Amino acid sequence: MQNLNIMIVGVGGQGTLLASRILGAVALKKNYDVKVSEVHGMSQRGGSVVTYVRLGDKIHSPLVEKGEADIIISFEQLESMRWAEYLRCGGKFIVNEQKIDPMPVIIGKAKYPEKIIEKIKENCRKTIVVDALSIAKKCGNIKTVNTVLLGVLAKSTQIEKEVWLESLKETVPSKFLDVNLKAFEEGYSLQAQ
Amino acid sequence: MKKLMLGNEAVARGAYEAGVTVATAYPGTPSTEITETIAANYDNIYSEWSPNEKVALEVAIGASIAGARSICSMKHVGLNVAADPLFTVSYTGVNGGLVIVVADDPGMHSSQNEQDSRFYARSAKVPMLEPSDSQECKDFVKKALEISEEFDCPVILRLSTRISHSQSLVELGEKEDYKLKDYKKDFNKYVMMPAMARKRHVEVEKRMARLREFAENTSLNKIEWGSKDIGVITSGIAYQYAKEAFGDVSYLKLGMVYPLPEKLIREFSGKVKKLYVVEELEPFFENQIKKMGIEVTGKELLPAIGELSANIIKEKVLGEKVEINAAINEAIPVRPPVMCPGCPHRGTFYVLKKLKLTVNGDIGCYTLGALPPNESMDTCVCMGASIGMAHGMEKARGRDFSRKTVAVIGDSTFIHSGITGLIDIVYNKGNSTIIVLDNSITGMTGHQENPTTGFTIKGEPTRQVDLVKLANAIGIDRVRVADPFNLKEFEKIVKEEVEADEPSLIIAQRPCALLKRSVNFKGPLKISSEKCRKCKVCMTIGCPAIVDKGSSIEINDALCVGCELCTKVCRFDAIEKAGADCAKS
Repeated sequence: MQNLNIMIVGVGGQGTLLASRILGAVALKKNYDVKVSEVHGMSQRGGSVVTYVRLGDKIHSPLVEKGEADIIISFEQLESMRWAEYLRCGGKFIVNEQKIDPMPVIIGKAKYPEKIIEKIKENCRKTIVVDALSIAKKCGNIKTVNTVLLGVLAKSTQIEKEVWLESLKETVPSKFLDVNLKAFEEGYSLQAQ
Repeated sequence: MKKLMLGNEAVARGAYEAGVTVATAYPGTPSTEITETIAANYDNIYSEWSPNEKVALEVAIGASIAGARSICSMKHVGLNVAADPLFTVSYTGVNGGLVIVVADDPGMHSSQNEQDSRFYARSAKVPMLEPSDSQECKDFVKKALEISEEFDCPVILRLSTRISHSQSLVELGEKEDYKLKDYKKDFNKYVMMPAMARKRHVEVEKRMARLREFAENTSLNKIEWGSKDIGVITSGIAYQYAKEAFGDVSYLKLGMVYPLPEKLIREFSGKVKKLYVVEELEPFFENQIKKMGIEVTGKELLPAIGELSANIIKEKVLGEKVEINAAINEAIPVRPPVMCPGCPHRGTFYVLKKLKLTVNGDIGCYTLGALPPNESMDTCVCMGASIGMAHGMEKARGRDFSRKTVAVIGDSTFIHSGITGLIDIVYNKGNSTIIVLDNSITGMTGHQENPTTGFTIKGEPTRQVDLVKLANAIGIDRVRVADPFNLKEFEKIVKEEVEADEPSLIIAQRPCALLKRSVNFKGPLKISSEKCRKCKVCMTIGCPAIVDKGSSIEINDALCVGCELCTKVCRFDAIEKAGADCAKS
């Protein structure tokens, strides 16, 4: 298959890790070559974080570079804007509506940009906006934001739904599985509407 | 069976499969998960967090001489600390195989410098291997142990952030049945006094000659022939970037990055039209290849600063412009890392800023105290430096200056290399005030135990270093223990101690907000719109959960943990427990 370049961007602490682990499990099931790359350490403390996931027949570089992402899943609006230049022409942007003010905004040294979603839509026709926080709350656990977004992602790929569900079952601890399956379904059915 | 593994996890797996039985380390990004993985998964390997990298390497050397295969892991700057034993274990050689893993951090994602550790291999005269993915991480650990035993020397395995922290597929293997080698007393080999060391140095040079020969024939170095218009000499992660950028050209991929295979390089360069060296950071290969009299292009096109990438190679070497479509061209506020909500350091820095002190900082989460809005740190150089630097400032500018100066250092960093600095202050009649930020864990690297926490790497209870007794024993009479969230008391203590005409140690004791075993916050707070006068004093503590919404100051209930530090600065009692309507589930 053609290589698939996915980026997961957000704010340290938002739980982007689970999404990348499930993507890794999906790749294994499909017998793809896969590389997942993220940076640990200082940048994780509430900073801007990014995970690169690349799937395909043979993957060399673990990084997705500017203009190369087929899909970007953004957990936060401002981060969508920051990483937008990584999306390739015709790529898909999955944007969570959540906003988290960065320190320069909190202390009044910068303004949180306005109309981010509109700007992203202008540049990328395939933008899917998700209120994942509300959906997660509705499902019964605020921490399932990542699974909601994963459901939206799953629908955007050619990979069978069963493979995603199996990977989810293998990766998520059993006591949180039901709520995560529910969240995944909510995300998966979102685009059909 | 294939498994998706971090480079670091694969190194741990390689050690397991090769029959390593002793693994030591001091945590440091991006190397930490190696020893964490060993401790969590491989019970037949003894593992430890050592107080610092020098001790870690010495333990591994002892294990090796006693006959075990051993592994010692650290980040690049850790090898500076361990450089002393490194240079001499090169002379003594080993008994059981010894691998030293060093993880460089090009781009400085979580480090204070960008040094290229390959130079250590050359100056210490030890071979160095460099894997380019997780499979090679595992395989090269085994190779390194074999080379170590065959050539009687330690072997360095060099990783970089993108190798350590990228997951790729690894074929798992069986565990080798490695028997502990016999221990033999060998005065001439293991006691490095001048007379013996002079003889060993001769052996080291002979070994280098044999290793150069080995480099020519080992499968670690391999040629991949493609188009011969371009030839690329490369290694590690740079190899992966080069493959993306150049595609079907010829490659000489060096798995052994020191010593270099001169004949192989000549053979390769003779068959390609144009020769490039693609390497991250310093022109380490390039300069050696140029010295062989071979024409090659490298750093005149590629940067010696920061990480490489396929795009950088495409742009700088091939002149291809990368097409960017979706960029939004307006100022995007940066999102620097911040101290977590509930972080104990926030109280300390609030007080230090208020008192307008000169603060010598150190390495850890608390280094974030240098950033806005705290901005209360003046220096940060290396592990343990804060204490010596505070003393140096006093000796340079006198007692009046030192009354406005402190050093802050974390508990783990203090154990790592702060104690000797403290002894210096006592011995050389200084008056510095040192604040140990004791958050009961090694924080920044992701919660590792250390000698002050009372637990081993396996979570087993152990004897805890008593910092008060330690300070008393080295001659510090003024030792104060205080909670940095008790702002009034903490401020009073700091004022008293900087005034005291003798050295003092303040132990700022409060657990890391993420430490589940010790922390039990009561959940989010909110600001009462009736009571709040918008004086914004709560904003000065620099909590990411408190947000200025223009018409009101609000607490983000998705971030607030309820540490209540803000309630202690509010003069109008406007901050209270959020009700049942709070969004947190």
